[in-house]
Amino acid sequence: MTEQQAPILDLASVSAAYGPVRALEEVSLEVRTGEIVCLLGSNAAGKSTTLRTILGMTRAHAGEIVFDGERIERLSTQEIVSRGLTMVPENRRLFGKMTVRENLAIGANLRKDKAAIQADVDRVFGLFPRLKERISQKAGTLSGGEQQMLAIGRALTASPKVLLMDEPSMGLAPILVEQVFDTIKEINAQGVTILLVEQNAHVALSIADRGYVLQTGRIVLADTAKALLEHPNLSDAYLGELE
Amino acid sequence: MTAPATSSRRLRFERLPLRRIILISLSIAIVYGVVAGSAATLRMGTFTAADWRSLVINGIARGSVYALIAIGYTLVYGILFMINFAHGEVFMSGAYTAFFVAVAFGRSGYLNAHPLVSIGAILIVSMVTSTLVAVILERVAYRPLRGAPRLVPLITAIGASFFLQYTFRGLYGAQARAYPTINVLQGTWTIFGVEILRTQVIVVVAAILLWIALFTFVAKTRTGRSMRAVGEDREIAALMGINVDRTIVATFAIGGALAGAAGILYVFLFNQVIFTMGFFPGIKAFTAAVLGGIGSVTGAAMGGLLLGVLEAVGPNLFLTGVGVPSPNQLQPVVAFGILVLVLIFLPGGFLGAPEEKRA
Ligand SMILES: Nc1ncnc2c1ncn2[C@@H]1O[C@H](COP(=O)(O)OP(=O)(O)OP(=O)(O)O)[C@@H](O)[C@H]1O
Ligand SMILES: [Mg+2]
Repeated sequence: MTEQQAPILDLASVSAAYGPVRALEEVSLEVRTGEIVCLLGSNAAGKSTTLRTILGMTRAHAGEIVFDGERIERLSTQEIVSRGLTMVPENRRLFGKMTVRENLAIGANLRKDKAAIQADVDRVFGLFPRLKERISQKAGTLSGGEQQMLAIGRALTASPKVLLMDEPSMGLAPILVEQVFDTIKEINAQGVTILLVEQNAHVALSIADRGYVLQTGRIVLADTAKALLEHPNLSDAYLGELE
Repeated sequence: MTAPATSSRRLRFERLPLRRIILISLSIAIVYGVVAGSAATLRMGTFTAADWRSLVINGIARGSVYALIAIGYTLVYGILFMINFAHGEVFMSGAYTAFFVAVAFGRSGYLNAHPLVSIGAILIVSMVTSTLVAVILERVAYRPLRGAPRLVPLITAIGASFFLQYTFRGLYGAQARAYPTINVLQGTWTIFGVEILRTQVIVVVAAILLWIALFTFVAKTRTGRSMRAVGEDREIAALMGINVDRTIVATFAIGGALAGAAGILYVFLFNQVIFTMGFFPGIKAFTAAVLGGIGSVTGAAMGGLLLGVLEAVGPNLFLTGVGVPSPNQLQPVVAFGILVLVLIFLPGGFLGAPEEKRA
């Protein structure tokens, strides 16, 4: 069983703050190779902050973050990314003035092997044939759905071991949401470990192995996806949703 | 919350007809003045067609120099949203330092025996010096202040500007120094039947080549792409594995190298160096960058040429007819008049809307 092996990503009592605003309080979570783990929570719970802190975009002021056997909480974002972690950021944040091609190429910014990069670009086009048709279009002029595809594609060309995804379904029509989740499953099946932040708790849990629930900066629930789905009042008690 | 209060106050201000009336009267007065002055000048017939042509060529030549300096402002603004007001001194430092190489070559006779090698060496010394000054400026004066309120690096830039001026003054004196004459640059060439000063031809051609090189660099190279990425979204650029600090250094270095080249081209046109020589070209290049829309490399080139031509032609055209005695002395008035007018009427430059500002 995977239970025996050390997690590829391991947060131990991580705390973070924005000035006086405490955003994370002793958050501990782990992600094992091959898993899809989802991180749930209502607005302002600290989900994005958790992902940002893993990548060094927000500094942890206490706690340890271990990635692939190495402490990373003091490294720069650039150094962390070079070790095989990346993110599909909240709100996509594409380079709007660059073309689709350039956005995909910049995702592979740290890689040298041209053939391997091209293989990953082709893999992205396999997942999202639409992007191939729009390859010379400026990212800022793509539709919302296409932008989300490109944001995922840009992260994939970095060839990460672990991919953090911050609300990849946000702002998409239901049919596209379903497509995005299918894609996430497919990416995972291709060997990428995924830590997924989502508001769509039920859909996210349906594709995940395990889940954590954050509430005002603390982990309040941690269990298998199956158990969380069967949890009697997950939605109203922890996620503040009206479902 | 303060945001709605501010915006409603602005709205009220904009509804106020007074501001519009002032702006409209101002633009009518300017257009009237320009048209009437030009008409009067042309009626007087003081200048022949050949005179106008040589004024335009003169304007294009100096405009090319402004354009090269303007690229430095625009690149740094595009990535840091900050105006490097010491950029004029970056330009001065290169040309001034290369002066000593030129003098040494001149004394030994090497300068006119091997003019191409000499010019190449002078150019390289100037570009390297300006590059170093720009990079040191970034490291010492600006990097520690990244994230500080916008006004702070601005004040530092002005301080750095004076520091550089008075360093050169202290080391080499306050007097202007004449660059040695390079014989191959003297005289004229006839191009399409028009006699043009060799220096002017060389300046324009060199500026065009450098501009093309820069444009290709920004569009095609990895570093160029990193520069654009950091300008669009610094945090996500870092997420892509881009070394943001190194990219910012590269931006200063490229702007510095172009300013160093511009310094030598400027010397070809005006033949001298002095510790204050960066001031006017610096501010004019800044004007050119604003004119073309700051942040845009193409805009910097267009703005530089437009400003150069307006400055060379404008005073003679607009002012001779209304009886101003020696209009050419009013060139700075034209340059800074344009700056003020652009800031009032076209704050985003004539190529587009203002860039979205991020801190
Ligand atoms: N840059 C910032 N400066 C100050 N406070 C911030 C900043 N970013 C986030 N916060 C605060 O930190 C807390 C956690 O925010 P975070 O963005 O991590 O929440 P989230 O769970 O991702 O919420 P959402 O579902 O709305 O995206 C919030 O209280 C938020 O206001
Ligand atoms: Mg969030």
